[in-house]
Amino acid sequence: MFRYVIRRTGAAILTLVAASIVIFGFIHMIPGDPVYVMLGDGATPEQVAALRTRLGLDEPLVLQYLIWAGNALQGDLGQSVFFETPVTQVIADGAETSILLATMTMVWIVGFGIPVGVLAAIRQGRWIDQGLSGLAMLLASVPTFWVGLYLILIFAAGLGWFPSSGFPSIFDEGGLSNLRYLILPSIALAAPNAALILRLTRASMLDVAREDYVRTARAKGIKPYRVVTRHILRNALLAVVSAFGFTFAALISEAVVTETVFALPGVGRTVVQSILRRDYPVIQGVILVIVCLYLVINLLVDLSYRMLDPRVELE
Amino acid sequence: MTAHLISLTRQFAMRPLTTLGAAFLVLVVLSAVFAPLIAPFPPDAIDPVNRLLPPGGAHLMGTDHFGRDTFSRVVYGARLALLIGVGVVSFSLASGVPIGVLSALYPRLGRVLMRMVDVLMSFPSLLLALGLIVILGQGVFNAILAIGLIYLTTTARIVYGVALRLRAEPYVEAARSMGAGTWWVVTRHILPNMISPLMVQASFVFAFAQLGAAALDFLGLGAPPDVPSWGNMLAESRIYITRASWLLLWPGMMIVLTAFSLNLVGDWLRDRMDPRFRDVVRK
Repeated sequence: MFRYVIRRTGAAILTLVAASIVIFGFIHMIPGDPVYVMLGDGATPEQVAALRTRLGLDEPLVLQYLIWAGNALQGDLGQSVFFETPVTQVIADGAETSILLATMTMVWIVGFGIPVGVLAAIRQGRWIDQGLSGLAMLLASVPTFWVGLYLILIFAAGLGWFPSSGFPSIFDEGGLSNLRYLILPSIALAAPNAALILRLTRASMLDVAREDYVRTARAKGIKPYRVVTRHILRNALLAVVSAFGFTFAALISEAVVTETVFALPGVGRTVVQSILRRDYPVIQGVILVIVCLYLVINLLVDLSYRMLDPRVELE
Repeated sequence: MTAHLISLTRQFAMRPLTTLGAAFLVLVVLSAVFAPLIAPFPPDAIDPVNRLLPPGGAHLMGTDHFGRDTFSRVVYGARLALLIGVGVVSFSLASGVPIGVLSALYPRLGRVLMRMVDVLMSFPSLLLALGLIVILGQGVFNAILAIGLIYLTTTARIVYGVALRLRAEPYVEAARSMGAGTWWVVTRHILPNMISPLMVQASFVFAFAQLGAAALDFLGLGAPPDVPSWGNMLAESRIYITRASWLLLWPGMMIVLTAFSLNLVGDWLRDRMDPRFRDVVRK
C-alpha cells in the first residue's frame, strides 16, 4: 500500500508539472504581443515596458517558467492586470461562493442520485426503472444554463421563493440564511451530474447483485432488505465513489456557466470575465489552482478506493 | 439485404423512443439542408414594429427583441448545430484515431502520447476549451477546435484500448507471422474492427458537442452574435425571460432534443456493439 501511495502521488505530481507547462505556455501561444493585447491599442511605450518587466517577459523562456512555477509554489500567482491586486486575492474573493456552491451541489447529487439509483436498480425492468433511467438520460442532455434560466423564471421571477441572482457572503448580514441564494444555482448544477450518479449507482448495483456472495446471502435466508443494504449497496457504492473525481471536474466546468447565469461572485465567473478582459495572469492562476485541486481530489479518490476495496490491484 | 432491413425494422419497433430520436435527428438534418425553403423569413430580417411578439399568426414561434422570426432562426440554427457536431466529431476522430492506434502499435511512443493525453485530461473540459478560445480567439471554427480538443483525449483513450485488444487477437498475430506489414494490419484488421466502437463514441461526442457549443455561445465566447445558433438565441433571450419566456423555450428544446436523441442512438449502437469492447467505450 505504501509503495502504491508513493507511486500514485508521484504520477500526480508529474502530471501537475506537465499541466503547469501547458498553462504557462498558453500565454506565449497567443498570437501577437500579449502585453499589447492586455493593455489595448492606447498603451504608451512606458506602460508596455513596465508590464513586460512585471510579467517577466524579457527573460529567456525556461527561466520565465522556473520563476513563475517557483513563485506559484510559494503561493504567488502574480498580479491581476485588471484589478491590480494579487491573483491569489482574486481567487480567494471567489472561493467562498464556489466552495459553498460545490458543496450544496454535491449534497443534491448524493441525496438524489444514489437513493434514486438504488430504487431504479431494485425495480429493474419495471416501469419505474424505465421512467427513472429515461429521466436520467434526459437530464444528462439538458444544458445547465437552460435549467438555470427556467429555475429563475419559475421560482424567482414567478413565485418569488428564491432570489434570482447574486450571493452576499454568509459572514455578512443575513448569515447562513444567505445560502438561499445558492439553492437554485446548485439545483441547476446538480441536475446533469445527479443523472450521471443515478445511472452509475443503478449499473453498479445490478453488477454486484450478480455476485456469488449475494446469492449465498439470499440462500442463507437473509431478509431481502438486508441483502440490498448490507451486501449489494455497500459494495456498489465503491464504483460510485470512484466517479466522484470525474463528477467534480464536470462540476467545475459547469460552474463556470452556472455562476454566469446567476451572476454569482465565484471563481468560475471570474474566469469568464478575465477571458473577456484579457487578464491573463488571473486566467493562468485560476486554471492552475483548479487543475491542482482536481488532481488532489482524484488522488484521494483513488487512494480511498484502494483502501475501501483491497481487491483492487491498480497498476 | 431484405433480411437485414427486416431485422433493423424489428429492432426499431422494440425501441420506440430510439426510433423517435432517430426521426428527430433526420428532421434536424432536413431543416439544416432545406433551411431557406422551410423558414418563412430570412433569419436576420429585423422588424422593430413586431418585436417580442408571442407565438401565433405569421410568427409560429414569436419574434425576438429585434423582431426577427424565432421559427426561422431555429430552423437556420440547425445548420450550425450540424456544422459543430460534424466538425467536432471529424476533428476528434481524425486526431484521436491516429494517436490511439500509434500508441497501441508502438508502446514506447504510446507511453509518451498517452501521458500527454492524460495531461490534457487533467483539465476540466470546459476550462480546456476556454483556454484554447483565449489563444485562438472566438468564432465558429475555433469553437469546433476547442471542443474537438476535449474529445480528442477521450477518443484517443478509447481507440488505444480497443487497438491494444485487437493487436492481441489471434488473426492479427497470424497475419503478422505471415509477413503482413504494419500498414496492412492497421488498414485490414485494426481499423475495420474499430468501426462500431467509433460509431458509438461519435454519437456521444456529437451530443456533447451540442451542449459544449451552446455553453460557449452562452458565455459569448462561441459563434459571433449575428450567427443564428441555438446557444446565441438563449444568450440573447436571457434579458427578456420575464417578458417573453417563449424565447427560452424553442432553442433550448432543440438543444435538449438533439442531444437526447443522439444519446438514445448512441446507447442503441452500444447495445448492438461487439461485447468485447463494451467496457472500453463508456461515457
